[in-house]
Amino acid sequence: MSRIGSDSSAAKRRHHAAVCAALADETRLSLVTTLSGGEPRSIAQLTRRSKMTRQAITKHLRVLQSAGIVHSVRAGRESRFEFDPQPLIELQEYLGRVSAQWDQVLSRLKALVER
Amino acid sequence: MNARIEKRIELKAPLSRVWRALTDHREFGEWFGVKLQGPFVAGELAQGQITIRGYEHVRWQAVVQKIEPETLFSFTWHPYGIDAKVDYSKETPTLVEFRLQQSTSGTVLLLTESGFDQVPADRRAEAFRMNDGGWTEQMKNIESHVAHRQ
Repeated sequence: MSRIGSDSSAAKRRHHAAVCAALADETRLSLVTTLSGGEPRSIAQLTRRSKMTRQAITKHLRVLQSAGIVHSVRAGRESRFEFDPQPLIELQEYLGRVSAQWDQVLSRLKALVER
Repeated sequence: MNARIEKRIELKAPLSRVWRALTDHREFGEWFGVKLQGPFVAGELAQGQITIRGYEHVRWQAVVQKIEPETLFSFTWHPYGIDAKVDYSKETPTLVEFRLQQSTSGTVLLLTESGFDQVPADRRAEAFRMNDGGWTEQMKNIESHVAHRQ
C-alpha cells in the first residue's frame, strides 16, 4: 500500500504533525475549546479564565498560532486571538484518508485468508 | 478526531493462516500491493516496489520492529512517502502494529497506526513537548466544536 493522496508533500504532513502536537497539551486544548466558541479573546481575558500566568498563556498561544489553529486579530489597541478550524478540518480529512486506505488494504487481506 | 488509527476485523481463518499472510513477504505483498525484495527481519529495512496500477514507480520502505509469532507484527514507515523527489528519511515515521487474537470463529486482527503527532526532531521546540493527559477524549470535544461551527 502506498499512501496515495492529493497532498503528498512532506511539508503538509509536517504541518499535520505540528497541529497534533500543538493540541497534545491540556492548557492548549482548553484554550482552543474556549476560543472555538467563536468569540475572539484577549490574552488578559484568557489569563483570567486560567490558573496560569499571562506569560505561560502567551507562550501556549504562540504554539497554537504557529500551528495555524489561532490567529491574532487587532481590536482597537489590543490584539485578540481567534480560533481557525481549518487546520483541524484538514487533519481530520488526512486521517480519514489514511483510515479509508487501511479499510481497502485490510479487505484485500480478508479476501486472501478466507479464500 | 483521533491521532491514531485503529481497526478491528474478524477473519474467518485460523490464526496461523493470518500470521503467514501478514509476515510472509510474498503473501504480504499480495494484499498490501508491494513486491518485496526479501523476507521480513526484525530491526531491518524492508523494501520493494509498489504494484498498484499507476504507482509502480513508487518505492516502498518500512523498518520492521517486532515479529512475535502469531501475536504481533509491527513496522515503522513514512505515510505519504510517495513523492520520489522528497527525502523522507528525515521525517518522523508512524508505527503500524498488527495484533492477532484467536476468536471462536477464527481470528481477530487489531491494526493500529500511531505517531501522527510527532514533529520531526529538528523542529521540536520546548513548547511542543508532549503532555499526554487522555487527550483523545478532549479531541472529541474539540471535534464537536469544530462540527458545530461548520
